[in-house]
Amino acid sequence: MKAYFGRRYMLSASHRLNTQALSAEENRAAYGKCNNEHGHGHNYFVEVLVGGAVADETGMVVDLVALDDTVRTRVLDRFDHANLNLDPRFADRVPTTENFCRSIFALLQDGLPAGELEHVRVEETENNFFECSARG
Amino acid sequence: MIFLTRRATFSASHYYWNDSWPAEKNERVFGRCANRNGHGHNYTLEVTVAGEPDPVTGFVVDLKWLKDVMEREVLAAYDHKHLNLDVPEFKNAIPTTENIAIAVWKRLEPVVTAAGGARLSRIRIYETPEIFAEYRGGA
Repeated sequence: MKAYFGRRYMLSASHRLNTQALSAEENRAAYGKCNNEHGHGHNYFVEVLVGGAVADETGMVVDLVALDDTVRTRVLDRFDHANLNLDPRFADRVPTTENFCRSIFALLQDGLPAGELEHVRVEETENNFFECSARG
Repeated sequence: MIFLTRRATFSASHYYWNDSWPAEKNERVFGRCANRNGHGHNYTLEVTVAGEPDPVTGFVVDLKWLKDVMEREVLAAYDHKHLNLDVPEFKNAIPTTENIAIAVWKRLEPVVTAAGGARLSRIRIYETPEIFAEYRGGA
């Protein structure tokens, strides 16, 4: 029987929204306060939803310790207390939370058993969140 | 299609233990959750129903009715109880968050379906603010 298991994590990171494709003025117009030259930061909450059959032996969909390890090594160790703009993932991509959410989804999808990752939600502030799901 | 969610909380104790395993394996797999004296949580239950608003009332379901159903079918059985010892469906199933989501679905789905109109869409249960499980029906 298929069920879903969700877990929330927090990481703190800085970023600046700026693209080489636009002029300085256009960047300011597009990104407003988020274009501040020296960046700014957030406490991001990352919600990871995995799905699968509930094992009869354990009553569980996923080994929580293994999930925590994957999230820690692939996401938290990499992005917590980091400047997102300096990560190779964002060398040619603006670290909007949309792109950050897609990056986290891709990194976790590579690290988890095939088909397990269902959904990633990234909350940038209490009022903004972004979601990516396995169904596109 | 409108999705409507009602939230409720309950407090219960439980432990994780598979009787077919030796104690050492239970302790290794389930860690602190295998403590046979149990431990407890404040659970938050979210029940989501889906349907079209009634043309007269504008309701997908009457929320007071849904509240009463949740209290009668779930909270009366789970709140301030020991899930392993007091709740029949956990005599033979470990009361993990996943299994609680499935058990709540089984308690509510026939009642919601019998009422006509909205269908049960999703059960989400938070064991802590950081951990939740969902069941959406089906295999």
